[in-house]
Amino acid sequence: MNITVRVWRQKNADDKGKMVTYGVENVSEHMSFLEMLDVLNEQLTLSGDDPIAFDHDCREGICGACGVVINGQAHGPQTTTTCQLHMRSFEDGAVIDIEPWRAGAFPVVKDLVVDRGAFDRIIQAGGFISAPTGSAPEANNLPVPKEDADHAFESATCIGCGACVAACPNGSGMLFTAAKITHLGLLPQGQPERDSRVIGMIEQHDHEGFGGCTNIGECTSSCPKGIPLDTISRLNRDLLGALAKGKA
Amino acid sequence: MTITEPYKNPSEQFHALGDDIHDAKAPKGPIEKRWDDHKFNAKLVNPANRRKISVLVVGTGLAGASAAATLGEAGYHVKSFCYQDSPRRAHSIAAQGGINAAKNYRNDGDSIYRLFYDTVKGGDFRARESNVYRLAQVSVNIIDQCVAQGVPFAREYGGLLDNRSFGGVQVSRTFYARGQTGQQLLIGAYQALERQIAAGTVEMNTRHEMLELIMVDDRARGIVVRDMVTGEIETHTADAVVLASGGYGNVFFLSTNAMGCNTTATWRAHRKGAYFANPCYTQIHPTCIPVSGDYQSKLTLMSESLRNDGRIWVPEKMNDERLASEIPEDERDYYLERIYPAFGNLVPRDIASRAAKYQCDAGKGVGPGGLGVYLDFADAIERLGRPAVEAKYGNLFDMYAQITGEDPYTEPMRIYPAVHYTMGGLWVDYDLQSNLTGLFVAGEANFSEHGANRLGASALMQGLADGYFVLPYTLANYLADGPFEKVDDSHAAVVEARQAVEERITTLLAINGTRTVDSYHKELGQIMWDYCGMERTEEGLTKAIGMIRDLKVDFWANVKVTGVNEELNQTLERAGRVADFFELGELMCIDALNRRESCGGHFRAESQTEDGEALRHDDEFAYVSAWEYGDKQPTLHKEPLEYEYVEMKSRSYK
Amino acid sequence: MATIQTAKRPSAKRSTVALKYSMAVSGLIMLGYLLVHMYGNLKFFQGREKFDSYLEGLDDILYPYLPHEGALWIIRIVLTAALVVHVYAAVTLWRRNKAAAGFVGNTRYHTKQNKTGVQRSYASFTMRWGGIILLLFIIGHVAQMLPNWLSPGGASDSKYDRVVNGFELWWVVLLYTIGLVAVGFHLAHGFWSALTTLGQNHSSTRRSSRLTAVSIGLAVIIAGGFLTVPFAIFFFGAGS
Ligand SMILES: Cc1cc2nc3c(=O)[nH]c(=O)nc-3n(C[C@H](O)[C@H](O)[C@H](O)COP(=O)(O)OP(=O)(O)OC[C@H]3O[C@@H](n4cnc5c(N)ncnc54)[C@H](O)[C@@H]3O)c2cc1C
Ligand code: HEM
Ligand code: SF4
Ligand code: FES
Repeated sequence: MNITVRVWRQKNADDKGKMVTYGVENVSEHMSFLEMLDVLNEQLTLSGDDPIAFDHDCREGICGACGVVINGQAHGPQTTTTCQLHMRSFEDGAVIDIEPWRAGAFPVVKDLVVDRGAFDRIIQAGGFISAPTGSAPEANNLPVPKEDADHAFESATCIGCGACVAACPNGSGMLFTAAKITHLGLLPQGQPERDSRVIGMIEQHDHEGFGGCTNIGECTSSCPKGIPLDTISRLNRDLLGALAKGKA
Repeated sequence: MTITEPYKNPSEQFHALGDDIHDAKAPKGPIEKRWDDHKFNAKLVNPANRRKISVLVVGTGLAGASAAATLGEAGYHVKSFCYQDSPRRAHSIAAQGGINAAKNYRNDGDSIYRLFYDTVKGGDFRARESNVYRLAQVSVNIIDQCVAQGVPFAREYGGLLDNRSFGGVQVSRTFYARGQTGQQLLIGAYQALERQIAAGTVEMNTRHEMLELIMVDDRARGIVVRDMVTGEIETHTADAVVLASGGYGNVFFLSTNAMGCNTTATWRAHRKGAYFANPCYTQIHPTCIPVSGDYQSKLTLMSESLRNDGRIWVPEKMNDERLASEIPEDERDYYLERIYPAFGNLVPRDIASRAAKYQCDAGKGVGPGGLGVYLDFADAIERLGRPAVEAKYGNLFDMYAQITGEDPYTEPMRIYPAVHYTMGGLWVDYDLQSNLTGLFVAGEANFSEHGANRLGASALMQGLADGYFVLPYTLANYLADGPFEKVDDSHAAVVEARQAVEERITTLLAINGTRTVDSYHKELGQIMWDYCGMERTEEGLTKAIGMIRDLKVDFWANVKVTGVNEELNQTLERAGRVADFFELGELMCIDALNRRESCGGHFRAESQTEDGEALRHDDEFAYVSAWEYGDKQPTLHKEPLEYEYVEMKSRSYK
Repeated sequence: MATIQTAKRPSAKRSTVALKYSMAVSGLIMLGYLLVHMYGNLKFFQGREKFDSYLEGLDDILYPYLPHEGALWIIRIVLTAALVVHVYAAVTLWRRNKAAAGFVGNTRYHTKQNKTGVQRSYASFTMRWGGIILLLFIIGHVAQMLPNWLSPGGASDSKYDRVVNGFELWWVVLLYTIGLVAVGFHLAHGFWSALTTLGQNHSSTRRSSRLTAVSIGLAVIIAGGFLTVPFAIFFFGAGS
């Protein structure tokens, strides 16, 4: 199949950037979306142009490095990561618009690459359980009901890709933050720091310039890992509890 | 064909022979007391002093993140580096199956000793007993540590931890978190690391690629890194350097490794004098999704557990074009069940991989290019019912359908082997210190505990063992003599290292040739796969060495690297990595040529039994090959391996 | 790296989530009032006497424990405060969220596709501009109902008559309808949103939530309930 892509090109953080149109020929429907970009990049390189920069690493849908907005949808038309999207999801002759995640807290570094360091800093602000190495008690001394463990696992599968932010009209990082609050808050190990965690993480979330949540739910419809929306409600509940205890 | 007459090893035209290595610093005495004794004898660092001591940790995978977090927590001043935009994306994140530990929660006869025994045997008697025993010992603490951090391992209805059996062993000792164990363990280590970053003990440098090691007065004292966003070349100096930069499977271009996995950190250290051990030991995983076209950029692993219920077959007729469903039962060859009646579809990874290769070489392969065999669930679906199969393998089937666009419930899956793990790496002693003083190596980057073949679920165990429980002691022992004299940025060694990096980048950018970096990488990968892959021969390896050398020359004359250094330049990043892969690839072939035996992941066609099984030569090759870099040719140092506890036997799966 | 961090980390007490709590609580207070208000309005159908005396009765709620009109004043103050808090929070978040969305000039994403999101509701789109219509409507409505001040259609001492006079005019009915449709949309998303903000959503997506259905139902009841009176007057000549 032959397709046309319109890609956001921006040399660096200070550049204004614009959409540029390219044709890509002989695209196989079995190619992944990123392989299609590889092919385009080979073409660009040989013709002396700058290839398109995009983040990617595992290409298995687990590292969370990849992610672009395709035709207005974070990670494109399927609920999966960009690297796991295949060209069979598009028609021959399609015109595909490719843009970087847009959010105040995710400044563009180059082309389709953005800086998601804000997510790491949210984790720094409390997204952990303080368990110094070597201090851990015997693992089976602490049974965790299977249901809680499964639920915690579900939230822990977040890959930190940032699609939720890109999809959210408010540029809110609430689904990401809530996934971590839920993962750790559901486990007995996570209880001692539960209040300080939610306070620290929310403060940092806002500090980074993410928007507030308006419960629209766009985040969940683009999250490749199916992080559930009720995690946000749980975060709200936890913060309410912490504030009520006068912890902030 | 069996090698009987010892003859001059043909590899010797490519390398020199150096002194044997006799002291890997493993303590003596009863094996179960060695680590405790060693820890007791290790020097300690006064907590007040630790702040003044600095450590550089390259890599934030399981090994690097756990080491940096633990060292930071202990009070050292740590600087951590990774090439991704976040430490959480290190390749450990992709591990699926699980992590072993000798907890014996199943009461099925597991013990530290059995894990030790299985690992030594699984490694085909090419690993050190002392190291492996220690690994088995600390495996128990790893699980405790991870659970305390909130890693959501699978649990049973009673709320206790669940286990499964994995990778051809008879006990259930594998802890897992659905098909995302690596992810969950890494997130645990990452969170511990972020906690230290917040506490100010660890300084994180993301999107920073190490390009050179700095040696000062015969000690590893620093690294040169490139800021991948601005292109700035930075030097960082410290009292010790830890490399935890992962494996080098990407030398094959196509592998299950992440796109950015590279050898640059370890190869640069090797060029500065660190020995590279057993580079030819590569693990090829039998159940991966086959290549679909020449645009293919990487391969995806399908969990080994699929072989529990899937049956592997090929059509009996060559070049059979029919759909799988149209091929009648009696025209199918369930070759694993036929050749290995006892183990059938569950033979170890290397045997299953090689068997698939033979079928495809014989023209019986299926799918594009004839590079694939069927993994068929029709019987399982009939026997267990579709819901049961769905419950067990649903997510894997979905993944397969997502990638191939085919429905594995109705059509059998197509699978083919792919490079998955590299057992080789920088040589280290019992302390995980390389032969370069002050350079420590952890995780997949070192060569240590897996011998010639790694058992399933043991890499995660090793990475975390190294980072949480081994390095913090052995590194302290080294640092107790520190802080060492401060190294200034203007020190001749620092300046020289920085200049070397800058020159190399300038050269790469100046070539402005006609071929892309990827095209070279693909060609190198094809050579490696054809001649240094599942089956190796003297002839093929010799040929490959020549081809790689030619290709390397061509690369330095004709590669096209666009853009400039002072920007995010992904082509430049790849070019540097590929340049190092050429040199490593050559060494792998030389190592493979030298090792005229078949062991673990290394299969020399010349060394097999009458019925085509791998044949080891313990009398001649029971040693670690530690390679020293040389401008003209490498030098081989042999570290003899002795087995006091596990008797050397040959494997049989018939 | 450059991110738009403010100099000092704000306290969680002033966070976006805390602002949403205040919106949710103030919104629910207003919603509660709307329900009572609607109940009162429906008394219109019992005729002038009953309606007028019901309204007069309101003046003396809890009398003599509260002075004449005391309860009403408390309600007025609470409602005004709720409205002020609600609007303040809405405007603050609106500005903040706009900045957070990462616009390049006037557009966020340049593509023409998927402008309306994957699954978000129309109601959720209209919270902000709909809210402004609501605010104007509330102001106009209060002005209309103030005793014999604006009194479209003619003043009277009977509130019943004032209502009837007003709703015999097509433009009053039209404005009123617009206002109530806005209320309906606002609550269709707002009620679900408030409960979610207060931590009461337990479902994995918005669409699968029972709260969403309840919310839409509530919106229809309130908008419909309020509209019966003007429609009855205008279309069926009730009360004349
Ligand atoms: C698909 C797959 C599935 C697997 N499943 C299992 C399993 O089930 N069980 C099991 O035990 N093992 C499994 N393994 C193996 C295991 O995942 C790895 O061996 C292990 O995670 C390696 O960890 P590491 O910390 O050594 O390195 P990695 O996790 O690879 O981390 C390397 C780090 O080094 C950094 N780095 C590399 N080069 C540079 C440089 N030049 N400069 C700066 N930083 C650099 C990277 O940024 C990264 O942070 C699997 C492997 C694969 C590929
Ligand atoms: C009858 C009066 C009103 C009622 C009953 C009401 C009710 C509500 C409720 C219950 C919410 C949900 C709160 C939450 O999500 O936590 C809400 C949200 C909102 N309201 Fe109102 N509201 C009223 C008037 C107004 C007015 C006058 C404005 C004017 C600006 C306004 C603007 C908003 C906005 C923008 C939101 C969305 C905020 C968000 O979802 O984050 N509302 N309203
Ligand atoms: S919540 Fe989902 S969309 Fe958001 S970062 Fe995590 S995985 Fe990505
Ligand atoms: S590249 Fe890792 S998730 Fe897509």
